[in-house]
Amino acid sequence: MARAFKWLLPHPYLSILLAVIWTVLQNEISAGMVVFGVLLGIVIPRMTSIWWPDTPEGIHIPRMISYGFIVIWDIMVANVQVAWIVLTVPNAKLKPAWVVVPLDLRQPEAITVLAGTITLTPGTVSSDFSESGHSLLVHVLHTDDPDGIVDGIKNRYERRLKEIFR
Amino acid sequence: MTGEIIGTYAIAFLLLIGSFFVAVGVIGLLKFNDPMIRLHAPTKVGTMGIGALLLASMIHSFVLSEGSFHETLIMGFLFLTAPISAHFIAKVNIHLRSCDTPPSPPGDGEWATLNVSDDDTLSEQPDPR
Repeated sequence: MARAFKWLLPHPYLSILLAVIWTVLQNEISAGMVVFGVLLGIVIPRMTSIWWPDTPEGIHIPRMISYGFIVIWDIMVANVQVAWIVLTVPNAKLKPAWVVVPLDLRQPEAITVLAGTITLTPGTVSSDFSESGHSLLVHVLHTDDPDGIVDGIKNRYERRLKEIFR
Repeated sequence: MTGEIIGTYAIAFLLLIGSFFVAVGVIGLLKFNDPMIRLHAPTKVGTMGIGALLLASMIHSFVLSEGSFHETLIMGFLFLTAPISAHFIAKVNIHLRSCDTPPSPPGDGEWATLNVSDDDTLSEQPDPR
């Protein structure tokens, strides 16, 4: 029974997400559309499961949600900071820097979330990934303290992601 | 009635914030001269600007007509795809050496973008100019 369940729903969270997205896409909740959404949620992960061999062991959903709120807050603060830099700092005085972030995370999903978070927040863009997957290259728009940026990323995001993906 | 008035003011406020951030994104794109620095303006300021505009659209639909949740989906897809396109542009910049060469990663080899085998380098098309 458990094996049949795992065969039918290789990625349960993805199935739920697809069903919810389909329902929201219709912009009205009707029984037929919810049923169709659930069907899509079963069929799409099943058909694409060959390309997703490893599922993360477990995701801590409440921590994921609080992480989302922290990131949204950071995005808002970052936008004001970046807007200020864009409008006030002249090109010659800008101090861009490459920063290397050593990674403790190993799961591809967690690293993807971290790279996405870095790109969406304070004046940083994640640009590249080392061959062996142990460090992330980040471009910083304007900084006097590159090491501080690395510490900030590691303490604020990576530590939380380590608790989310186990 | 008061709900509608508050809603209208909220929509106007959000539209102003959204257009301000989109304008800053465009200014940044025009002002900066380095390709890597240019990347910062649209990726960040754009998400906030479009987010505020979409929130305004959502409030409009809830206050003045039937509610709509489409905007949350647009926001979600935008937040998923913006880092990926930024990542691709960054990779192209590194690959074309149109920016400062990044420092090597500690210990383990090379950055994935710069790890090009000799065969690939030789088969590159000559410069058409």
